[in-house]
Amino acid sequence: MSETKTTEAAADEPNIRIVEDATCTFCGCVCDDMELTVDLDANRITKAKNACVLGRAWFLQHGIEDHPQAMIEGREVPLEEAMDEAARILHEAKFPITYGLSDSPCEAQRVAVAINDLVRGNIDTTTSVCHGPSGIAFQGVGESTATLGEVKNRADLVIYWGGNPAESHPRHFTRYTVTPKGRYIPNGKKDRYVVLIDIRKTPSSPVADQSIRVKPGRDFELLWALRALVRGRDISPDIEEITGVSRETLDELVERMKNCNFGVLFFGMGLTMTRGRHFNSGALLALATDLNKHTHFVAKPVRGHGNVTGADNVVSWQTGYPFGVNFHRGYPRFNPGEYTTVDLLARGDADAAMMIATDPASNFPKRAIENLKKIPVISLDAKPTYTSRAARVAFMVATYGINTGGTVYRMDDVPITLRPAFDSPFPTDEEVLTGIYTRLKALRVNGRKKAA
Amino acid sequence: MAENSAELRIKGGKVYDPANGIDGEVRDILVRDGRVVDKVSEKARTINAHGMVVMPGGVDIHCHIAGPKVNLSRKLQPEDHRLDVHPGTDVTRSGVGGVTPSTFATGYRYATLGYTTAFDAAVPPLAARHVIEEFHDTPVIDKGFYVLLGNNMFLYDLLKQGRKQDFKEAIAWWVTAARAAGVKLVNAGSDEFWKGRRNENVTDVNEDIDPFDLSPLQATAAFIEAVDELNLPHPAHIHCNNLGHSGNVQTTLDTMKAAEGHRAHIAHVQFHSYAGELGKRVQTGSEAIIDYINTHENITTDVGMVMFGKATAMTADAPLTWMLRFKDTKWVNADTECESGCGVMPFTYQDTNYTHTMQWAIGLELFLLSKDPWRVMFSTDHPNGASFQTYPRLIRLLMDRGFRAEMMKHVNQKAISTCLLPQLDREYSLSEIAIITRAAPARALGLVNKGHLGVGADADITVYTDDENREHMFNAPRYVIKAGKPIIEDHEFVDDHIGRFLHTEPEHDPAIEDQIRPFFEDYYSIRFNNYRVDASYLHDHEVIPLRNSGGKRKKGSK
Ligand code: SF4
Repeated sequence: MSETKTTEAAADEPNIRIVEDATCTFCGCVCDDMELTVDLDANRITKAKNACVLGRAWFLQHGIEDHPQAMIEGREVPLEEAMDEAARILHEAKFPITYGLSDSPCEAQRVAVAINDLVRGNIDTTTSVCHGPSGIAFQGVGESTATLGEVKNRADLVIYWGGNPAESHPRHFTRYTVTPKGRYIPNGKKDRYVVLIDIRKTPSSPVADQSIRVKPGRDFELLWALRALVRGRDISPDIEEITGVSRETLDELVERMKNCNFGVLFFGMGLTMTRGRHFNSGALLALATDLNKHTHFVAKPVRGHGNVTGADNVVSWQTGYPFGVNFHRGYPRFNPGEYTTVDLLARGDADAAMMIATDPASNFPKRAIENLKKIPVISLDAKPTYTSRAARVAFMVATYGINTGGTVYRMDDVPITLRPAFDSPFPTDEEVLTGIYTRLKALRVNGRKKAA
Repeated sequence: MAENSAELRIKGGKVYDPANGIDGEVRDILVRDGRVVDKVSEKARTINAHGMVVMPGGVDIHCHIAGPKVNLSRKLQPEDHRLDVHPGTDVTRSGVGGVTPSTFATGYRYATLGYTTAFDAAVPPLAARHVIEEFHDTPVIDKGFYVLLGNNMFLYDLLKQGRKQDFKEAIAWWVTAARAAGVKLVNAGSDEFWKGRRNENVTDVNEDIDPFDLSPLQATAAFIEAVDELNLPHPAHIHCNNLGHSGNVQTTLDTMKAAEGHRAHIAHVQFHSYAGELGKRVQTGSEAIIDYINTHENITTDVGMVMFGKATAMTADAPLTWMLRFKDTKWVNADTECESGCGVMPFTYQDTNYTHTMQWAIGLELFLLSKDPWRVMFSTDHPNGASFQTYPRLIRLLMDRGFRAEMMKHVNQKAISTCLLPQLDREYSLSEIAIITRAAPARALGLVNKGHLGVGADADITVYTDDENREHMFNAPRYVIKAGKPIIEDHEFVDDHIGRFLHTEPEHDPAIEDQIRPFFEDYYSIRFNNYRVDASYLHDHEVIPLRNSGGKRKKGSK
C-alpha cells in the first residue's frame, strides 16, 4: 500500500516530491503555508519550509513505523477481524463511550458521532478538558469574535490572557496577530499595542508592550473589575491587594481598550482551567461584548489541538451541543460533569470505551484510569500510546495531514483542506470507523430479525 | 407480481401543478428512476392518493440552515434543544430541534412539511466548505447556498478603480470557487462601518463608504448589473440597507429603482417595508412596496414573514443584531476577514408587542396585496422571522380569513388598528400556495426540474390529506417522495436520503486569479490555493444551468 514510488528512480536520483501549501496540524494555528519536501523512497519529509520548531519536529520526525495495522490483546490480527471485534464490543456494551477526536479530520469525527447515535453511546472530545468552560460560558453570554485574518488586518490592541503562545502556538504572533502587516495596520507590530496578562513572566513576555501580572487564581476578580470600570461603575479600593494589579494600571488599560479601533482578547487554558473556570471565560467574553459599546472588540480562545475546533463544530451540528453528549435515550443530551469522559470514567459508568487519537491512560486522573483498565477499550491512534498498548482492540491509523486528507477547522472556525504528503500502509481513522459503523448496522438489523 | 421499486404510480390525487396549468385536476403522477415520466410498466408500485392533494415538493428560497452562523446559534441555545428533542428511528438519525435544529433534524423536519429543497441565504466564501460539510449531514432535501459578496473588500477595490470587467470576472470566479448557487448582498457597505469605524452602520444609501469612494447604492447597483449580465440562474439576492428601521421604505424603493433594467431579488421584504420616522414607531409601508413590485416585472421577492414565538436573529448584518440587543441578552458577533460580518441573537416575537404585531401584519399585508404570486414568494427568513416549522400556520393565515380574524383579536390592538390587515379579506387558493412555496421559487432559482410535476421533473412530490384546517394539512404530509423514493409513508419515515448539492458555474476568464492572488496573500490568513472548494466536497451534486444556456441567449448579452 505504501509503494507509491517508481522503482527505477530509486537507483541514483532521490525520488522527491514537493507539496506546497500543505497544512500543519500540530497545534490550533493550523498553518496552511507549509512547503514540504518529501523523500518518497524513505517515506520521510526532509524539509518543512515555514514551519516553526514544533511543526518542523511534527513533520520531520514522522516516519512509517513497522507496526501491525490492528491488534487484539496485543496480537496482530487482520484489519477486518479487529473491526468485527470492535463492533461486537460496542454493540454489546450498555454504556459505550467515545472520547478524543481532536486530532482527526472532520470526516472521521462525523462517523464517530454516527456510531454513538447508533449504539446510544456517549461522545465527548478533548474540549471537555481544555476549553470546555469556554463552551459553557459561550452558552451563557455569547461571544464577539473574528477570524485571525481580521485581527491581522485591523487589530491595533492585542491582549493575551492566561496563555503562552510563544511556546504553545509559536506562529500565532508572527503569522496572525502581532507582526504581520494588515490592510489597516500597514506597519505591523509598530501599529499595534500588545498586552500580556498572566500570573508569571513567560517566553511570550518579550513580545508585549506591557505585561500585567495577576495573582494566581484571581483572574475572575480582575476581569470583573475591568467590566465594572468599562461600565463606569466604581470598584473596591483594595483591588490591588486582591488581584495584584494597581488601580492606575486598570484605569489605563480600560482607557486603552475603550479607545482602540479594533481590540482583541485572546485567552488560554491559564484562564479556563484555573479557579473560576467557566466563570473566567464568561467574564472575559462578557468584557469583550461590553466593550462593543465603545469600539469594535472581539475575543477568541486559543485552541490547542489541530482539529479540536472541528470536533466542536461536528458534534454541534450533529447533536446541537459541543461536547459531552449522551445518546442513551435515543437522542442527544448534554450535561458537562455527567457526560464528560473524566467524570464518566471516575464514576465507573462506562462499560466499553473507544479512544480516538488520544491517550487518556497517560493523562487522566488516577481514578478514571483505574476504571478504564477494567473495561474493554478500542483505540485508534497514529502512534503507540499507553492507551493503545492496554487496549483490547488497537488500530494503528494513518496520520492526518501527513498521510491523509480531510478537513480541519482552525481555532477561528476557518475550515481548511489537508494535502497529504505521502501514503501510509495504515488505514485512515475514517476508514476504520466506517468499517465499524457498517458492522454495527448489520448487527442491529440481525438483532431485530432475531427478535421478530 | 413483484413491484419495481424504481417505478411509482401516484393514483387519483388532486394535482396542483401551477407551472403546467393544472389546478386540482384528478390525475395520476408517474415516476421512474427519480423523474416524472409519461409511462410506467405494470409492475410500478401504486400509491393510492384518492381524495388527497398532490403537489411538487416545497422549495425554500431563503433560509439559514447550515454553516458557521447556524452552528453558533446551535451552540448558543442548549435550552432550545433540550425542550424539543428529535429521536431517531430505524431509518433516520437522531438530533435536536428548537429554532435552529441539528443538521439531521433540519432535513427531516423540512421533509415532514413537504419541503424537498432549500437554499441557505448567506455564506461567506471562507465558510463554504463548512456549509457543504453540514449539507452532507442534512438529509432528504436538496440544497445550495448564496455566497456573500456584498461587502467583499477586493470587489470594492475593483469598483473604486472603475474596473467593471474585472469586477464581473471576479464575481464569477468567486461563485465558482465557493460552489454557490447565487450571489448575496447584505447591507452593502456596512462591514467597513461596523468593523472599521467602531460599530457604526450605514444609515443613508447615498453616503460615502470610506475608503472606497462609493455609496452603498452604487455598490448594490453594480452587483445587480454584473450578476444579471453573467446570466446566473438567480439574480442578485439583496438584503437592503436599513433593515428593521422605521422609514426604511425609501431605502427599499431606492434599491429597487437602482435595479431598473435588470433582474433583482429583494430578500425578506417585510423587514424593509416600514413607514414612519427613523427612531419612532414602525408604521406599515406595505402598500408603497408592493405597488412598486406589482408593477415592476424585473423584481422578485420573498416576504420574510414574522410569526409570534421564539426566533433567532441570524444575519451577516452584524450591526442589526447589536441594535436589537436589549439589556444583556446573549449575543454573538463573528467577523470574517475581508468578506463578511455576522450576528446571532435569540429573539422572541410577542403578540402583545406593538412592533412585533406590526411586523406580523405587514408580512400578511404584502401577500394579500400582491398581484403576482410568481414574484412574491413565501419565507420567514428562517430563523429570523420565525422557524421554518411555523410555515403551516402561516399558510393557514393566508388561506383562512376567519383564522386571521381570530388571531387579530389577540395581538397588540394599537398596532393592528393602524394596519391595512383588518380590511383585507383575500384568501389564497391551494394553487396560489403551490406557486409561492414551490413553483415560483424554483423558477426564480433557475431550477427547471423542480417546482412542477411535468414530464422530466425531479420526482420530489408531496401528498397531503385534504383537510379544511390547512395548518394541520401542511404540517403532516401523508407521503413525501424524494427523487422518486418514498421517504415518508403514512406520516412515518420509511427511508433515508442524502439529497443533492446544487450550485452553478458561470464562465470567467481564469486570468482573474492573477488579480485576486496578490490581494489574498496580503490580507487573508489562509493561502489562495487552499481557498477554493475542491471537487471532493461535491459528492452527489448538480450544476444549475446559466440562463443563456437554454438557447435563449438574448438577455444581458451585448
Ligand atoms: S504554529 Fe502550530 S500549526 Fe503553525 S507550524 Fe507551528 S506547530 Fe504547526
